[in-house]
Amino acid sequence: MMPLGSMTAAIPEIWLTFSACLILLLDVYFDTGRRGFNTMITLLMLAIGAILTSTYGMGLQRELLFNGLYVVDPLAGFLKLAALVAMATTVFYSQDYLNQRGMKGGEYQVLCVTALLGIFVLISANSLLTVYLGIELLSLSLYAMVAFDRDSGIAAEAAIKYFVLGAIASGVMLYGMSMLYGITGTLDLDRLSRFAAHSHDAGLIIGVAFVVVTIAFKFGAVPFHMWVPDVYQGAPTSVTLYIAAVSNLGSFALIIRLLTHGLAGMPTLWTQMLAAVAVLSLAIGNVVAIAQTNLKRMLAYSSIANAGFVLLGFSTGQVVGYQASLNFTVAYVLTTLASFGTVLLLSRKDFEHEEISDFRGLSTRDPIMAALMLVLMFSTAGVPPFVGFWAKLWIIQALLSSGHVWLATFAVLMSVIGAFYYLRVVWYMFFEAPAERPASEPRASVRMILVLNTLAVVALGLLPNALLSICQRVIR
Amino acid sequence: MHIGLLSVVIWLPIGGGLLTLVCGDRFARAGRWLALLSSLATLILCVPIYLLFDDRTSSFQLIERASWIPVLHSQYALGVDGISLPLILLTAFMTVPVIIAGWTVIEKRPSQYFAAFLIMEGLMIGVFAALDSLLFYFFWEAMLIPMFVIIGIWGGPRRVYATLKFFLYTFLGSVLMLVALVYLYLKTGDYSIASMQSLPLTMAEQRWIFFAFLIAFAVKVPMWPVHTWLPDAHVEAPTGGSVILAAIMLKMGGYGLLRFSLPITPDASHALDWLIVSMSLIAVIYIAFVALVQQDMKKLVAYSSIAHMGFVTLGAFLTFFIVSASGSSRGAINGLDGAMAQMISHGLISGAMFLCIGVMYDRMHTREISAYGGVINVMPKFAGFMVLFALANSGLPGTSGFVGEFLVILASFKASFWFALMAATIMVIGAAYNLWLVKRVIYGPVANDHVAAMKDLNGREFLVLGVIAVSVLLLGVFPGPMLKMMEATMQHLLQQILMSKIPVG
Repeated sequence: MMPLGSMTAAIPEIWLTFSACLILLLDVYFDTGRRGFNTMITLLMLAIGAILTSTYGMGLQRELLFNGLYVVDPLAGFLKLAALVAMATTVFYSQDYLNQRGMKGGEYQVLCVTALLGIFVLISANSLLTVYLGIELLSLSLYAMVAFDRDSGIAAEAAIKYFVLGAIASGVMLYGMSMLYGITGTLDLDRLSRFAAHSHDAGLIIGVAFVVVTIAFKFGAVPFHMWVPDVYQGAPTSVTLYIAAVSNLGSFALIIRLLTHGLAGMPTLWTQMLAAVAVLSLAIGNVVAIAQTNLKRMLAYSSIANAGFVLLGFSTGQVVGYQASLNFTVAYVLTTLASFGTVLLLSRKDFEHEEISDFRGLSTRDPIMAALMLVLMFSTAGVPPFVGFWAKLWIIQALLSSGHVWLATFAVLMSVIGAFYYLRVVWYMFFEAPAERPASEPRASVRMILVLNTLAVVALGLLPNALLSICQRVIR
Repeated sequence: MHIGLLSVVIWLPIGGGLLTLVCGDRFARAGRWLALLSSLATLILCVPIYLLFDDRTSSFQLIERASWIPVLHSQYALGVDGISLPLILLTAFMTVPVIIAGWTVIEKRPSQYFAAFLIMEGLMIGVFAALDSLLFYFFWEAMLIPMFVIIGIWGGPRRVYATLKFFLYTFLGSVLMLVALVYLYLKTGDYSIASMQSLPLTMAEQRWIFFAFLIAFAVKVPMWPVHTWLPDAHVEAPTGGSVILAAIMLKMGGYGLLRFSLPITPDASHALDWLIVSMSLIAVIYIAFVALVQQDMKKLVAYSSIAHMGFVTLGAFLTFFIVSASGSSRGAINGLDGAMAQMISHGLISGAMFLCIGVMYDRMHTREISAYGGVINVMPKFAGFMVLFALANSGLPGTSGFVGEFLVILASFKASFWFALMAATIMVIGAAYNLWLVKRVIYGPVANDHVAAMKDLNGREFLVLGVIAVSVLLLGVFPGPMLKMMEATMQHLLQQILMSKIPVG
């Protein structure tokens, strides 16, 4: 019998489980879709979740729960808070979009919360089993979310594609994990990392390779990226936002728990694989993005390229690289939230504002939205004074300090190619005559959140030290 | 925290620009005045900076330091010396005419136009004042955003092509510099430019770093053969954009060579000086010939800018030739002084040339030389200015254009007779394309009815051109104070250049 005291650190997860049930039940008995009632409930639940996380889940000391299946440390606390904030932001942005498309049901929020729970589990995973549990919880929720718009053929196609490929990836991961278990005899990541340090078993290499494949799949890194463009484009934009922003934190948690902790003993095995995957992602993501006409699809390829940057940080095999990757992920999530948020807010009932040509002349139709998008595009391109610059800078610094001069040079050259397609959005917004489109009227409150979100991108660009030092503190 | 003058002249225009942006087109009038007042205030605040500057020392002055990014060991550090102060003064000086020149001409989104130039001004001053290389890079890159927007929104028919080319070219150049800066940081442990300058580096390292810097600065200067973005950008940019581009942004390349390339990689600069000198001479001769055949006035001035900036790079890299030819470093200082003087003077003259072309373009809406003729008959006051600036552009003694070119030619004589001969051809070709331009546009009978309908300068235009004309003449007749301002710093730079940084043993 486990004493209750040892479970306090898991209170945020328990609360999320409870929230999911509560939202579902309320939806059965009341017509919660009306007047955005379930949105409010969800936000309330997330707010309480944030309070609980900062009270119980911050893990100022590293703490193991459930016989070592679960770990709570500063990194976990930070990532969980970030995920909560990111999800709350997506709820704000998606509200009107979902209502206009008749997706008012509480199930949507339930799926969001279970996906978040999956992310939480991943963040705190300290055993191969927990890792797998988290991945499946996250992925299954996402599959359903992608297909949430029942009447959309393109969404159904995306969901099937995502599901089939995702299932294969899960299978591959399980296979890899079984090999690791077979060789080391343990599922516990702490023990696994100690064991691996003294092992020269060839089976380990295959096991690690399978695990890396799945990680690359979750990040949408080349050559396992085929699902990304279709899912980003096909899914309802609110779901795309969720996948691009919130679930990205889950992928980060996956790699940091599994590789840098669990397989810490044999970094040479996976750093080279990651470097190869990262280089391919940077090249393919940036080049193919140029050819896109749909903004969601373009951002999908941009996310592939950005995954390349995150993986580059990990490929250094050094703590400074992991810190840089964390910083990059947080900066990317912050920027992506706002850029997909803009797409969401500009969409209307019968019109998805998602083609790049839809942005034609936005600066005269809606100067504020255009200005925000300008900031976001330049930030993603890595131009100061925005947060995206520091994200890339730190990765480059980590690469150089571990002696990867050529990788760093390659990465910056690829960013130059990347700059072109971000600039193209600015070009359509500012340099072209406006298209004949009735202006959308996003609510002032939601607009305010978008402005604040973008201001955060600027503020962290002018004074980046806060975020950098947090990243430095939570990963040691 | 103590807020110094330099911070004020950086952030005041940026703040003013943001306020102007807020004014929007609904309060365009207020926005215009706000923009003018901010730029004037910045210029006035440069006066105490000039007065407080002590030209007897080569060390940085008016230093401000504040903690900025401790994690990356980067400080918010500002200061000026004899290289940066003249350029800061030039920036503050040239922004005011740009604002005034756009006063009524800009009809499309005027507030955004003025805001973009004010923000540019702050960022450009930041580039010159930064003592921390990360802060330098921060301003250097951020500056691309307003310029991208300026050319893209208010530019000519091919503006999108031109602005994308401009952005991608410069972005490509600067990212490699970033890699070099990070590499240096990992060796020194902080991003301060001073510690990078004193860091010993092997020859192999210096070569790589030199090339990384060179790509960034050569694109910006621009040096042949990476100059092709400039004519496009100039032709498409609105008048104000061309002025800032020619007057200030090109100088950043020269500034970078003097501040980074030469002191950080002196040995590589020595070993590769033949490369820079030959690129410069090609720019001076070949590009000047290219300027001769242009049909478009802006393109002509753009090519002439490239040729004149060739003098800057030539003067900066002659040092090693002079030392090996004469055995002493006396005379090398002329090359460096000439490079700086040329930058300042070219900033004034090319800016004025573009303003003149803007004046004509506002009336005729064409920049084709063949569309003009006999402008002097209808615009006598304007013709006076245009002829003066064209002569200054060809290096007429008594104008500022002469000072820099003369000093550089003097230095090239010390290096080699052939260098001097080649450099001096610009005196001939420069005179040829400038005078031929004047002949075709200004003199002769009135070419057509459109020219006949042109009105002479209004008070606003007269004021702008007049002030620049006075300063061109002042610097030409009386260059002493300018040279004095940079003298100590240049001596110090010369010592830095001539000292090998290759670690012994």
